[in-house]
Amino acid sequence: MAKARKVPAIIDNPMSFCPGCGHGIVIRLIAECLEELEQDQNLIFALGVGCSSLLGGGLVTDRLHCPHGRASAVATGMKRVQPENTIVAYQGDGDAYSIGIAETINAAYRNENFTMVAINNTNYGMTGGQMSWTTMPGQVTTTSPLGRDCEITGNPLKFPELVASQFDVAFAARGAVTSPKNINKLKKYIKNGLEAQINGEGYSVIEVLSPCPTNWKLSPLNSMKRIEEELIPYYPLGVFKERKEN
Amino acid sequence: MGDMIKGNIAIAEAAVRAGIKLYAGYPITPSTEIMEYLSKRLPEVGASFVQAESELAGINMVMGAAACGVRALTASSGPGISLKQEGISCISDEELACVVINVVRYGNGLGTLYSAQCDYHRETRGGGNGDYRCIVLCPGSIQEAVDLMATAYELAEKYRIVTVMMTEGALGQMMEPCELPDFIEPKKHPWGFDGKYTYKKIGIFDRNSMDEAVELNKKHEAIKAEEQRWEEEGLEDADYVFVAFGLPGRSVQGAVKELRAEGHKVGFIRPITTWPFPEKAFENVNKDVKGLISVEANATGQLIDDVALTIKKVIKDRNVPTFCLPCVYGIPSMKFTKEGLHKIISGEIKEAY
Repeated sequence: MAKARKVPAIIDNPMSFCPGCGHGIVIRLIAECLEELEQDQNLIFALGVGCSSLLGGGLVTDRLHCPHGRASAVATGMKRVQPENTIVAYQGDGDAYSIGIAETINAAYRNENFTMVAINNTNYGMTGGQMSWTTMPGQVTTTSPLGRDCEITGNPLKFPELVASQFDVAFAARGAVTSPKNINKLKKYIKNGLEAQINGEGYSVIEVLSPCPTNWKLSPLNSMKRIEEELIPYYPLGVFKERKEN
Repeated sequence: MGDMIKGNIAIAEAAVRAGIKLYAGYPITPSTEIMEYLSKRLPEVGASFVQAESELAGINMVMGAAACGVRALTASSGPGISLKQEGISCISDEELACVVINVVRYGNGLGTLYSAQCDYHRETRGGGNGDYRCIVLCPGSIQEAVDLMATAYELAEKYRIVTVMMTEGALGQMMEPCELPDFIEPKKHPWGFDGKYTYKKIGIFDRNSMDEAVELNKKHEAIKAEEQRWEEEGLEDADYVFVAFGLPGRSVQGAVKELRAEGHKVGFIRPITTWPFPEKAFENVNKDVKGLISVEANATGQLIDDVALTIKKVIKDRNVPTFCLPCVYGIPSMKFTKEGLHKIISGEIKEAY
């Protein structure tokens, strides 16, 4: 049955993201999926540190602001003691893939039965745009002022591909928020990840290529263009690990 | 009298009987038997055991379980507890309840495998960043450790605070006869997550640190007023009062008995809680006491600071000398304590404060 409400109840609250930021789109999609799967009143968020922290004030649901990078370990503890709840770890690329890479990768390694949504905007947004492990080669950030030199910093990390190829996870995908077509696809990925968890299939990760106009120093439109032209060729969109039952 | 049982195993079984729903940790000597035992035992009672990839992950898993309002446990030793400080500080900040066991081993950095009490300052001062304390329980026997396990959770939940069970390597590794407690089925706490957002929370940027500080101080004052635990003997006429906790505390009890038999007016205070520090015990000390003596298993003397500060609060009209007998590691023999007293009386050992 169609719902009369415009905004999902768990996000009917102001959140102070920058103009043109992609977080809001992703949160909206997650909330819609949770409502459609009737999980929005059976839900705990493990929130990362960074721009993800803003969900602490925004979400109207059980949520814990986790130590920086540790959301996947916290989510593990939550899911182990309350497997009937749907657990979502919501983190940025710096939180999940740099400081938290050990916790993130080990949750995938154990095939923990929760869903991680990782916002990849190729930098640390909240602290003002420093280099992260997903910063593109040559990208100028406040800690790679001459452009990222991959010879000394390593190459941008592709986490969904990594866990899909190395571990026995339930679902791994990457989406983007650049167009209605991509947003619709992303919603399907998120829904698949949540369904995998609800069915007890194991770990699901959905990475989202998301704009950060403030720190990229681009207009919102040009930020979307950058994702299309520069990021997607390196970070391909799609499903890297299909659910076994699908 | 119960069966002989190893300290770490007895503590682990006591935790099971206190109704823990999750253990997450990482192996480290001399605490490892706790997690080895629980890896088999917890699935038998329908609880979760996770061998975490690190101490850091272990305490954060405990944080997740604690946020759901159930009893969760982690255990480690010196350097492992250092890694857990980030999580302990965050659990304290979120006012969640859990128990952390530190089976203390001697040394800085990686340390050694010797039994010790060198983590006293770290445990009793909070340990991580910020401005918080943990309740710290220091059992002197396996029976006392087992009996304090349910108490550790009750205190953690009553005050929504972290309880640290600070044992020692030797207590974890030795065997003693021990009666195990009955099983408890604890209730899930109303502030635990249920997925339905029954218990409301505000976001980190909406919090008011000034108001929270008032509440934090109120909580600490209530704990200090209500939860001091200790054992004492011979304080009223004592010329010298020994202060020691854990296994050294037990050894000192024996030394005091012998010294009394030899005609020395000595007494002892054995703190069972080292935070809150048992200040009330010091009110029972002879007002004409010649000195207080800490006996502790570390190199530099840590407990001595609390002894000196506390006697200053109780006897205000003069400076009561305080002396420190640090045995570095292990358990001080009764001979060590008795000789220490003689050296203090002869002036060979000078006062610390």
